[in-house]
Amino acid sequence: MKLKYFSAPYLVWMVVFILVPLLMIAYFAFTNDEGGLTIKYISDVGQYANIFVRSIWLALIATVICLVVAYPVAFILSRMDKHRQGTMLMIVMLPMWMNFLLRTYAWMTLLGNNGIINHLFGLIGLGPFKLINTSGAVVLGMVYNYLPFMILPLYSVMEKIDGSLFEAASDLGCSSGKTLWRVVVPLSMPGITSGVTMVFVPAISTFIISRMLGGGSNLLIGDLIEMQFLGNAYNPHLGAAISLVLMVIILVIMTVMNQFDPDDQVLM
Amino acid sequence: MKKLTALLGTALVGMSLLSGCASEVPEEADEEEEVSAAQTLTVSDPDYYTRFKGQNLSINVYNWGEYISTGADEGTLDVNGEFEKLTGIKVNYTNYATNEELYAKLKGGGAAYDVIIPSDYMISKMIKENLIQPLDFDNIPNFSYIMDNFRNMAYDPENAYTVPYTWGTVGIIYDTTMIDLDEEDIDWDLLWNEDYADQILMFDNPRDAFAIAELMEGFSLNTEDPKELEQAAFRLRQQKRIVQGYVMDEVFDKMGAGDALIAPYYAGDALTILEDNEDLNFVVPKSGTNLFIDAMCIPSSSRQKEAAEMYINFMCEPDIAYANIDYICYSTPHQAAYDMLDEEVRESPVSYPDSDFIADKTTVFVNLSDEANLKMQSLWTEMKSAEDENTNKWIAPVFLVACVFIMVFVLIRRHIKNKKDIF
Amino acid sequence: MKKLGKFYMLLVLLFLYVPIFVLIVFSFNETKSRSVFSGFTLDWYKRLFHNRIIISSLMNTIIIAVAASIISTVLGTFAAIGINSMRKVPKSVVMNITNMPIINPEIVTGVSLMLLFVFFAARMNLEFGFVTLLIAHITFDVPYVILNVMPKFNQMDPHIYEAAQDLGCSPFRAFRKVVLPEIMPGVVSGFLMSFTYSLDDFVVSYFTTGSTSQTLPITIYSMTRRKVSPEINALSTLIFIAVVIVLIVKNAIEKKAAKKSGMYKGDMA
Repeated sequence: MKLKYFSAPYLVWMVVFILVPLLMIAYFAFTNDEGGLTIKYISDVGQYANIFVRSIWLALIATVICLVVAYPVAFILSRMDKHRQGTMLMIVMLPMWMNFLLRTYAWMTLLGNNGIINHLFGLIGLGPFKLINTSGAVVLGMVYNYLPFMILPLYSVMEKIDGSLFEAASDLGCSSGKTLWRVVVPLSMPGITSGVTMVFVPAISTFIISRMLGGGSNLLIGDLIEMQFLGNAYNPHLGAAISLVLMVIILVIMTVMNQFDPDDQVLM
Repeated sequence: MKKLTALLGTALVGMSLLSGCASEVPEEADEEEEVSAAQTLTVSDPDYYTRFKGQNLSINVYNWGEYISTGADEGTLDVNGEFEKLTGIKVNYTNYATNEELYAKLKGGGAAYDVIIPSDYMISKMIKENLIQPLDFDNIPNFSYIMDNFRNMAYDPENAYTVPYTWGTVGIIYDTTMIDLDEEDIDWDLLWNEDYADQILMFDNPRDAFAIAELMEGFSLNTEDPKELEQAAFRLRQQKRIVQGYVMDEVFDKMGAGDALIAPYYAGDALTILEDNEDLNFVVPKSGTNLFIDAMCIPSSSRQKEAAEMYINFMCEPDIAYANIDYICYSTPHQAAYDMLDEEVRESPVSYPDSDFIADKTTVFVNLSDEANLKMQSLWTEMKSAEDENTNKWIAPVFLVACVFIMVFVLIRRHIKNKKDIF
Repeated sequence: MKKLGKFYMLLVLLFLYVPIFVLIVFSFNETKSRSVFSGFTLDWYKRLFHNRIIISSLMNTIIIAVAASIISTVLGTFAAIGINSMRKVPKSVVMNITNMPIINPEIVTGVSLMLLFVFFAARMNLEFGFVTLLIAHITFDVPYVILNVMPKFNQMDPHIYEAAQDLGCSPFRAFRKVVLPEIMPGVVSGFLMSFTYSLDDFVVSYFTTGSTSQTLPITIYSMTRRKVSPEINALSTLIFIAVVIVLIVKNAIEKKAAKKSGMYKGDMA
């Protein structure tokens, strides 16, 4: 028996449950209820250009904030002594293991007009501020939920950087800033690219965070898709068309990101 | 079938004998265990309810959130639990938040439900699209309790598909400590009052939201005129700037916790919220409102029609109907349950407005034409997706493009350098 | 510099943990208020344990996660063996398709499976519920198993399997005695990964669930959309405690294993 036949059951599964469903999205996007070919729905997606722009924009801000916040965390973690590293990493990663709906819900209770944050502001005579149901709250939710996705790949790359490189750099006359810029950043590039994709992709397609923290007035692509399938505007053809466009956008972004990954490895 | 009619005959007799008795224990010895657990409630005919026992049936009930007595609060009845104990039929109970969500689930075709509770206009839409099926009223003897003026409603003129569950009006919940207005002065324009910017909640479904805008404009709530719909959408867009959020059942929490000051909502839920927070008040604007009727139906895809009809009949048992209505605070079309209510509730102008007001000032939704529905939906999405902050439209895209360019430039530069450094 | 780093870590940890601790604290709150702590009670926990919907969805979640991760581990391990012995072009084609559920946004995976199931439902008497959920979970689990197992083959001598057969082993025996021990660490981590993903998944389940078999994340979602009861805080607390215990145990086992093998590895998935 040849080994490659071992994969036969999976290949069948893959075709039926990965490939065919994706083709069905394409099929639904290009047909109408009667089954006739049409590009109506694809062109209708253009109406929602502002939602696409907003989603990309908010996801981008969240990704940048995640990168800025996570970079020092990963660096500090990777320079700790080995014994404390494991424990510390566990502490940083632990919140990620909680269900993300609960984590988002936690922010809902914190940010409310009568929530704890405004309550504390009230004690010192400030506020209440409008915190929840703003795009800022949505970005905050994204950062909070996806920060670990940025820390982990950055850490696993930085951990492998040899500490003696820093000494060498400073011996050769590099300031610490320059060392960071010329040594750490280039070496951590694979971590940056995979971290960015791991934050950006879920952030651009979320519908829970915008629903729970955006108050229904900050629609994102995910909300739009969900609305067409299970929400207030039932129209699976349009939903499929939007999904298709979203997939293309992400594919383009991934290809661009891949260009900067020196190892050219699969992004995971 | 013959056997069934015979059973029903006894059911009707049994009903007339037993109705009114508080804790009659049915005679069957082998059922004693189950019955004793359900002792607090009387059912008209235990035989009728026990005929599916031991068959391991289950039905899928799809209902609005907070729309049944669940026994979660002390002293309330767990209706689904009682039904399971009595009949041996398992109830899979799930919730939806809007009629449109329910429609999408049914239309999508994947999920099989046995009992659903849509509102008037959605019922006519579902009848038109064959999504629900006619009921066998021989299996629902308790339909006799439904008041005459809730039979043969416009959405179901022959009364073949539906058994009314509740009805009510839409009004405004507001915080009396912050809004010092006479009840008489409160009207829909409160929802557009800039003084309360960011303290106003709004319906998160197109039909209810448009209805309020249409009331403001003086249009019919069932208008199909594209111009009028656009006008209403314009109103909603104006409002968007001062709206804190678009919500459905989240309103319980937000108003209960004082996160917002003003919200339009259904009368029954409003009364429930008022119980939690005594600063709140609820007013049905005198200028007019929507009157809705929610009724129990069986989807065409149901595989347990008889069990579903049994569930509907159970929901119409006086004790059960009363337990539900007492818990959810909506108005009931069920005569026996209505009679059991406190005098105070029956006289309440909020739950049971006088018939003149109903006749002159309230409108029941009817199903709109497909074009009008589509128009409303696209206007709604457009309104919701519009930028709320009045900033320059171009800032975001230009900044975005600039960002991408900078990123690409920096990365390419570093990439080239990187290569140079290595080699 | 060191102090600054410590301070920074502290800030980040505060950011990560404060929301969770607030949830935990308010799970003991007497009233439903979410900003004022008025008194201690365990009522919400009592009510949580009496909430039939939560208990049954917890059971569903566990059953589906166990079933999906076991099936996908078997399926994925065999797939990895097969893919590994493919030629270059088919191999890269298969791997690219396998990566799709990982790279694609979850919502697209969910929607695509929903469309497929709707198609089947209309023609083959399929009902949304346990079966569709299980299929959906296996579909997004298998790629993780494959990605965890595949690298182990690169460390393995490809000829030992043939050698074992030449020496008289049946193909199955050769597989069990030679190949399996080599790839076991990958299989185990693939299993654990798919188990956690299944346990936690909301988006894909949301689109593929039906009228029966709600999973816990879906129940949590519908709880946040209704009148919220502090039961949800109690639930968060219990989940948090469970997570802490699991991670501590996992860490302890790893440390022990590391001591045994003489080197310490602070890595975690």
